[in-house]
This record gives sequence, structure tokens and C-alpha cells, in this order.
Amino acid sequence: MGEKDLFDDANFLRELVLDHYKYPHNHGLVAGDGYISKHMASDSCIDDITVQLDVQDEVIRDVRFDGVACAISTASTSMMGDLLIGKTIAEAKKIIDEYFKMIENKEYDADMLEEAVAFKNVYKQANRIKCATIGWNAMNELLEKKEDEK
Amino acid sequence: MYDVEKIRQDFPMITNHPELIYFDNGATTYKPKKVIDAVNSFYTDFTSNVERGDYETAIKADKAYDHTREVIGRLINCDSREVAFFSNITSALNQVVYGLSKLFKKGDTVLLTQAEHASNLLPWFRLKEEQGINIAYIPLDKQGRIDLSDFEKCIDETVKAVSVAYVTNVLGSVQPLKEMISICQKHGILSVVDAAQAIGHRKVDVKDLGCDFLCFSSHKMCGPDGAGVMYGRYELIKDMPPLLLGGGMNARFNNDGTIIYKDAPQRFEAGTPNIEGVIGLSAAAEYLMDIGLDSIHEHELKLRAYLLDKMLKLDNIEIYNPDDISGPLTFNVKDVFAQDAAGYLAVNNVCVRSGNHCAKILHNIIGTDQSIRASLYLYNTEAEADRFAELVSKIDLNSAVGIFF
Repeated sequence: MGEKDLFDDANFLRELVLDHYKYPHNHGLVAGDGYISKHMASDSCIDDITVQLDVQDEVIRDVRFDGVACAISTASTSMMGDLLIGKTIAEAKKIIDEYFKMIENKEYDADMLEEAVAFKNVYKQANRIKCATIGWNAMNELLEKKEDEK
Repeated sequence: MYDVEKIRQDFPMITNHPELIYFDNGATTYKPKKVIDAVNSFYTDFTSNVERGDYETAIKADKAYDHTREVIGRLINCDSREVAFFSNITSALNQVVYGLSKLFKKGDTVLLTQAEHASNLLPWFRLKEEQGINIAYIPLDKQGRIDLSDFEKCIDETVKAVSVAYVTNVLGSVQPLKEMISICQKHGILSVVDAAQAIGHRKVDVKDLGCDFLCFSSHKMCGPDGAGVMYGRYELIKDMPPLLLGGGMNARFNNDGTIIYKDAPQRFEAGTPNIEGVIGLSAAAEYLMDIGLDSIHEHELKLRAYLLDKMLKLDNIEIYNPDDISGPLTFNVKDVFAQDAAGYLAVNNVCVRSGNHCAKILHNIIGTDQSIRASLYLYNTEAEADRFAELVSKIDLNSAVGIFF
């Protein structure tokens, strides 16, 4: 199976999500000078996560997160870090835009989202959209903050 | 003879949605047709404001609105002038705390528990912030229950009030209120009862309990949203300052700024009230009293024991309140985050609540932030309990995440 087919395979995608939940990437906050943080707890009474971002020379050097969160929040935030590290702010914003298009069940560019296409069916369960977007919303705010600093 | 199938026919949400298992009664309850009809009749037959009209429909609305005080008086065994209407229990409790704040001075103590709902904590927190009162927590066991001897140890000369839930909203612990209040009375301590999870589920008798205040919401007892009740012993509320000021609650006011309030309970009901809600509330109370609160309670106890028995046989869950005999069943599926498990139940047409249930400091007691709460009511059945337990037995991380694929 090629990579494209794998991203259409339900079992593969489910395993990906479970893997990111059990062994999240970019997990655990760090105390570093370059990092800015966003705590997200106001939108739901359940997930409570903090996302950190380190940008240097317009490039995302690191993304970290931690908190109490469901499988969907944890895995979607974990994948987000993988996708965004090493990208420029402009590239990151484009990826985030595509992700939100997918979550809202609009046309989107699957190639840009790689593993994160695992969340393409979340729109069918409206009550879980906030789980799949909580980390991404935090990142949006952090990037805006970085832009404002310019 | 309690006929649950006949009762189910009274609820349009059940007949319209036979596929749903509604086990989220701790959050809100379904409404019987009698309540919906009562609300409808206000809008289709006698719409008008209350306490100010001179014409026939206004008089009818007035009568229906005030009649609810008498019906609630029968429901909780008090005088109709001891019943004040609010928009929900939250606003009623805020009035109680505001009213009592005038009696409190710096260093006075209120006793609460860590199992309280936010609405019975945050108003007191503000009083601590603004007036320097102390807040002390009555110890709870692992299942959220108060032991009377522990309670007595909390009492000293600074304690002025005790404010606790009759039945707590997460674990369903039934506190020994009558005994606690009798201890309070000996020491001249005021008692406030959050009856949100007790009302409509069992007989609640304010005279028997001996409490000074007792509050509840209409929507948790088959009534409409947006209506709540404050019971206050009349000698305590007759001079109590109202939280909200405006129309409907004053007798006179003058250009020098003096206001003369109406007598209680009208002094607490500023502005046009939720007339439809209050009228629907009396229909709900009558509906429940017609079936009989003792019968409803007995049905719930039996059904809870039945469900608990099924759930205890499952080895993939942890139950936090297995020794309680009433109230919700609160549990987690091992290794599955509460919301993920609730998501699996949701796609299988089961309605439960996951999260911290507005009791954000309770985790200190039960050792978990998040849980799933299955709360039953008069219309739930053993067949639903069977299907529920079977679905819960199928939950693991794979099936919970699998709903997205």
C-alpha cells in the first residue's frame, strides 16, 4: 500500500491516533526563554491543555504541549507539533487553515495535513470538534501573538 | 402499582426518540406533556404580564403564577409566602448568600464540602474575598459522604452557616441532613440546603429537615428551564435584602433615593419573571406528586441497584460510588478518558455526562478529575440498564477512538 492509500485506511488511521495518544510527541512543557505559552481550558469543562511555541527567525523551532485531555485532543495536538516544527509562520498558518477546512467538512489539501487527515471524520460528531481543535486554536493564538510582535 | 411503561407515554421526548437511552437526568430531565401543555396554554390562552394587569387574562396569569407557590408549598411542606422564584438554583443560592452576607462579619465561618456544585461554592468564595469570612470544608469519605462526628468537630463559635447539597451531583451521596441541621440548631448555626439533585427524586420536607433555606431548579424535576425556587423560613426572609432591584419588587420609591420593598417573597422577584416557567413548574410538581415521590424514589432505588449489579460484573470499569444506594452511578472505563468513553456511548444513542460535573474540587476526594455519570429517573427502565451495561462492557480505547473511523 502506498502512503496515499494508507491515509484512506481506517484501521491505519485509528492506530495512528491511538499511538499519538499513548505516546504523544512533543509532550511536556519546557522552561525556555524563547517559548510563549497558551493555556486552553475555557472552552470546555474537560480538556485543559497548555501549548508552547518557540519561533526563531520566522521559523517554528519547537512546539510543546501538556495537560489533561481526551484521546482526540491529545493526538491532534501531538500531530500538530510534528507538522509545524521546522515550518515558517506563513507555512504553518496555511497548514492550520487546511486543517480547519477539513474539520469543517470543506474542500482541503490532504497532502499538506499528512497524518492529521486521521481527523477527517470528526465533523460528523459536532460535540467533539472542540477536542480536535483545542491545540490548533491555541497555536493560532500563539502565531498571531508572534505576528503582532513584529 | 408503578407502571414505568405508562409513565414513558407521558414524555414526548421518549415517544419521539425511542432509540435514545437518557441517563443524564442529573443535568436535566425530560418534560411530561402536562408541563408542555401548561406552558403552551399560557402563550395560547392567557398571555400577559403578572402583578400589574387589570383585565381577565392578566388576572388568570397572576393566579396561575401565584398558585405555583401553593403547589411548591405542598411539595416541600412550607407556607406559600416562603417560596420565592428565581431563574434557577444558581440565582436562588446567590440570593441566599447575598442576604446572609449582611449578617456575616469578618472572621465568621461557613462550612461547605468539596463535593459541592460550583453554585454552592463560588458565591461563598466571593464573600470570603469581599468580606473576609472563613470557608472550611467538612471532611468527606472516599465516596463523598459526611460523617456526623466529623461534622461536629468542625463546629466552633465562628461558624455561622452550613451550606451543603442534600444529594451531591457527582457521587449522589445523601448527607445526613436532618441530624446535621439538628446539631446546627443547637449552636444557632444557619442551614442552607442545595436540593437540586434531591427534588423530584424523593420526598423533600423542609419542616422535617428543619433547614433555614432550601433551593432547587425546576428543570431537574420535569419542569421548564429558567425557573428556580428559594425556600426561606419566613422570619429569616421577611427582612432579607434582595439581590436584584427593579420593577415588581418595590412598594414605593422616592426621588430622594429611598426604596420601600414589597414583602417577601415578592421582594426577591425583580423584573418580569419567567411566568411560563413558573406555571410549568407547578404542573411538574403536581405531576410528580400524583405519581407519588415515594414511589418514584423506590423505582429509582430499585433500578439503580439493578444497574449497579450489572456494572459490578464488568471488569473494564471502576465505579466510584458502589456503596451508595441512590443517586447517579459514577465511573470510568479503565485506561479510557471519560469523554472518549462518553463519545462511544453517544454514537450508540446513550446520553450520559462526562467531565468534572461543575464540582471542580471533588477530585481531591475521589482521586480523579474526570468521570462518567449515569443518572436515572422515573422513566428509565431495566431494559435500558441492560443495554447500557452491555455497551459499557464494549468500551476500550480501540472502540472509543474507533467511532471516528
